[in-house]
Amino acid sequence: MAVETTNLPAPPSRGALRAALSRVLRSDLVYSFTRSKLTMLAGLVSLILIGASVAAPLIAPHSPYDLSTISLLDSHTPPAWIQGGESRFLLGTDDQGRDLFSIILYGTRASIFIGVCSVLVALAIGVTLGLVAGYFGGRIDMVLMRIADVQLTFPAILTALLVDGVARVLLGTHKTGGGESWILILSIGLSYWVPYARTVRSSTLVERNKEYVQAARIIGLSSRAIMFRHVLPNVTGPVFVLATINLALAILTEATLSFLGVGLPPSEPSLGTLINIGNKFLFAGEWWIVIFPSITLAALVLTVNLVGDWLRDALNPKLR
Amino acid sequence: MIAYALRSLAQAVVVTLAVALIAFTMFRFVGDPVASMMGQEASLADRAELAERLGLNQPVHVQFARYLRDIAQGNFGISYRQGRPVADLLAERLPATVELAVLSAAFALVAGVALGVYTAIRRTGLLANFVMSFSLIGVSLPTFLIGIGLIYVFAVELRWLPSFGRGEVVKFGWWSTGLLTESGRKSLVMPAMTLAFYQLTLIMRLVRAEMLEAMRTDYIKFARARGIPERSIWFRHALRNTMIPVTTIAGLQLGSVIAFAIVTESVFQWPGLGSLFVQAVEFVDIPVMAAYLMFVALVFVLVNLIVDLLYFVLDPRLRAGTLAAARP
Repeated sequence: MAVETTNLPAPPSRGALRAALSRVLRSDLVYSFTRSKLTMLAGLVSLILIGASVAAPLIAPHSPYDLSTISLLDSHTPPAWIQGGESRFLLGTDDQGRDLFSIILYGTRASIFIGVCSVLVALAIGVTLGLVAGYFGGRIDMVLMRIADVQLTFPAILTALLVDGVARVLLGTHKTGGGESWILILSIGLSYWVPYARTVRSSTLVERNKEYVQAARIIGLSSRAIMFRHVLPNVTGPVFVLATINLALAILTEATLSFLGVGLPPSEPSLGTLINIGNKFLFAGEWWIVIFPSITLAALVLTVNLVGDWLRDALNPKLR
Repeated sequence: MIAYALRSLAQAVVVTLAVALIAFTMFRFVGDPVASMMGQEASLADRAELAERLGLNQPVHVQFARYLRDIAQGNFGISYRQGRPVADLLAERLPATVELAVLSAAFALVAGVALGVYTAIRRTGLLANFVMSFSLIGVSLPTFLIGIGLIYVFAVELRWLPSFGRGEVVKFGWWSTGLLTESGRKSLVMPAMTLAFYQLTLIMRLVRAEMLEAMRTDYIKFARARGIPERSIWFRHALRNTMIPVTTIAGLQLGSVIAFAIVTESVFQWPGLGSLFVQAVEFVDIPVMAAYLMFVALVFVLVNLIVDLLYFVLDPRLRAGTLAAARP
């Protein structure tokens, strides 16, 4: 790893680095972070979960995609510390004989990946439409905001389910490979763009009358350049806070859709599909297939939520 | 007041039309209705005949008008998967969902307001703190996990309650109810709890916040100074003023009740509209999806209208018309 640094531009001197570090450490953000034990704990847990899932191929003892290591004979093995458990399957196995610990890691990875991507999709749609609505105003604004109102009347899960169903018809139902995750990302992204659009629109309405926008207009910049290069940097703050909070929501939506059986297929591990599978074996007394993914999902959503809440409060000047 | 009611009504009509347009677009342009209804072996003549009968050869706006007329008459087309009129399917599933949603909403409202008042009055009490931290779980845990948890405890381990279905139902005409049999009532407990949990925590936290704010105001201090008993101050003076935001949120929450009903019904295999919709999505049964969409829109629009009109009941200032600007 250290070899790669040679290609980087000359590293800043130690003094500058230390100054920058101490500036970060003395900022209000870090101060408020260290003030709350709960936030620190939540930050730590979410970091561990995200880190472990990113490094899943390195940590996981078995790969769920390597079919040669999976044997149906191993299926329904209880966790290692229970009678009948085996030490090579720490948390037991599922109905297909996959190691539960490994597929939870891979499943968390899929859930986080889909969550992050769908937040990015929602962000792109919402920010663009919000900028356009706020900057141009008039009829465009009215139409876009009415669409937003109508969409907001529908619960996001419903929108996501509808988009998912429609997309599967349009793209063909029996897509294999990564098709499902992209449909999922699209449908979750399309369900959550409204809050971003509203936030960006309201701050754009304020920004567009400021002098720098007028100046940019006078020197003859195009509307697109003004919107994306001049207004956008000034309206992104609240949007990123919103994105953090919505990340938990997106992960939850993915899990819910997969649990309902319209998200990822059972062969593709995600926390939702694992809980869906485990739910079927709950009555057979095989609680571990459902409990461990559930705990992971709950911990992930709860901690990301807490970190998002802290970020919102810490960056909100009104609450200081 | 009449102008206000009319404006609410106009808004409701616009939303309904917009949703109808989406439903129509889905029905008409997603997939091929003729192929879906006739299957592979139909002859070209049969196909043309069906297309003619469905009016697919007419201009789009004529088709849309026809679609609206059909919906108004309760004709939602025929389910691709089950080959039965969608309206019959909806009517069959409706009682289960209405029973579940109404009961859980009522429970959430009553328990939520009671707990909200309690946690506001006994702010530092042990029980109040416990309730508050517990409610944090309700806000952040997904519905289906709560449902699975309840099933594990009460159906698998304790074996007190059935984990799926509606139990025995009694029929009155086309309406069926599970409330009159013991197995029906038992089956309702866990789904209703699951569905109510999120709303309950939300209403509770809202009532608590509003109550705390109201208790700091001058009129409460003044009421205390007049020697009005605490109980009366809580319920007749402070609580009354929290009711407007609570009504707004409870109304807006209806959307999430519908959403969580989809999930709850799937967890408990409750034979309601939500599980019908999930199956429709799974098997891409477009007419059922479109009809469900219309149903949700209608319910939502109706509830919004009722909430708008409820403000007049709850807030005497609006009735007097003296504070037109203070409209919520």
